[in-house]
Amino acid sequence: MILNASGCLDAVAAPEVAAQLDAFVTKTVTPLARGGNEPTRIAETEVGMLNSIGLANPGIDSFLEDVLPDLEELDIPIWVSVGGFSAEDYAAVCSRLDGRSEVAAIELNVSCPNVAEPAESAAEIVSAARAVTTKRLYAKLSAAGGDVAAAAEAAAAAGADGLSLVNTIRGLALDPKTLEPLLSTATGGLSGPPLRPIALAAVFACFRATRLPIVGMGGVESGRHALELIAAGASRVAIGTTLFADPEAPARIRSELAEEAAALGFETPLAAHGAAHGEKGARMLRDVA
Amino acid sequence: MRREILPIAGVERIGPYSLVRVRRGGLESGTPGQFFMLSAPGRLLPRPMSLCLATRKELGFLIDPIGPGTRALVEVARNDRLPILGPLGNGFRLDVKRPLLVGGGIGVAPFPYLSERLNRPPAVLGFRSDEHAEAAALVPNAEIVVEPRLVTELLRPGHDVLACGPEPMLEAVRRLAPDAQLAWEAPMACGYGACYGCVVRIDGQLKRLCVEGPVLGAEAA
Repeated sequence: MILNASGCLDAVAAPEVAAQLDAFVTKTVTPLARGGNEPTRIAETEVGMLNSIGLANPGIDSFLEDVLPDLEELDIPIWVSVGGFSAEDYAAVCSRLDGRSEVAAIELNVSCPNVAEPAESAAEIVSAARAVTTKRLYAKLSAAGGDVAAAAEAAAAAGADGLSLVNTIRGLALDPKTLEPLLSTATGGLSGPPLRPIALAAVFACFRATRLPIVGMGGVESGRHALELIAAGASRVAIGTTLFADPEAPARIRSELAEEAAALGFETPLAAHGAAHGEKGARMLRDVA
Repeated sequence: MRREILPIAGVERIGPYSLVRVRRGGLESGTPGQFFMLSAPGRLLPRPMSLCLATRKELGFLIDPIGPGTRALVEVARNDRLPILGPLGNGFRLDVKRPLLVGGGIGVAPFPYLSERLNRPPAVLGFRSDEHAEAAALVPNAEIVVEPRLVTELLRPGHDVLACGPEPMLEAVRRLAPDAQLAWEAPMACGYGACYGCVVRIDGQLKRLCVEGPVLGAEAA
């Protein structure tokens, strides 16, 4: 039940990190290759970090031909993150993935803060993807602005099988001497500890609103953080920024999670699923690996 | 890829820089020019540092405290413990006949270890001030210039150049020594190819420094 957050790991470059995961989520794949944004792409801030990678990826053709076979050798379930600049883009990539048995699930990245937004809503993108694939579809939503629970309900109505919560939130960091933006794109996506309470609130609200399976993520550094997301309604937890400082984090957090759950009297971590809502137990579990 | 939490053996000031020495534990010293990710106390992201000195018991990192992460690293006390991951990336090729080390500022950091591995070749080093130039004491056989003079004035033909320093210096060295090996620098989040944050644009191409570099051939760069 421990995944990586999309964008935070290249399993081909670091197979020993991927091997600790219950599923690997790829960086976002788009129809065409993208070099990504100009440097400088990352900045640490007083709280959290900013990134503006810009969906650097080889494009769906090269992904299927060159990357997916290498990922399959890792022998863990592969989730492919899909992105684009229109609903048509998302559908184009999803239809190419549909027949690939190596792909366990698709995460629709409908909330990247570092590239131009598609004109369509998240729900319209889910709907376009749903039309072309029977794979499990997770909608990755942002908690920035608007009502994330309403967006989740719309995604559910459009055919999403699950939710990934939350994406980064747009932020800005300035050079201390020049007062100019540190990142080439000026703003970037804020990740790390400041997302933690935001992610908890989003998971809590979306679980209540949809009861869809949720991958919770945002600032998870310890088993305790993971357990809280599960209590709020996540059935899986993804680790992002923490991987950069600690490539052994997935194994460590899994073991801490078991200890933390046991210390609170839960037989397994998933026994705490939804505990924040005053309801406990497996009766709510759906789609749990 | 190995990560260990290692006790600090000592910290010495060298001009404006600090040499942070850690007990070596089970870490390999790697090839000169490779780097390690040092987790700075209280900071979210580790910082990439090339290895400056390696002894049987210790690893040493020369650090310029220019920001919150590097300041936290030089403020560690003896017996504090630092998580360190490495060695990472590609170091210098050592199969060179007439090596000349060319360094600028904190770019001299990998040279003490590199010099030892290459049997103390000549080095030419440029610094911003006399105080910064104190770091030259770590590098054997070094000739030094201080701004406004530039290190490229000391380049001489017929050498295999191994260079590390600020980007304008590396670009100037490339023009004069097209076969040089150049160690580049960029902010990094992970150091092991995960985040794609450390790209630099060289001759129109984006290079992920942590896995394609940090040492790149000038012709390939």
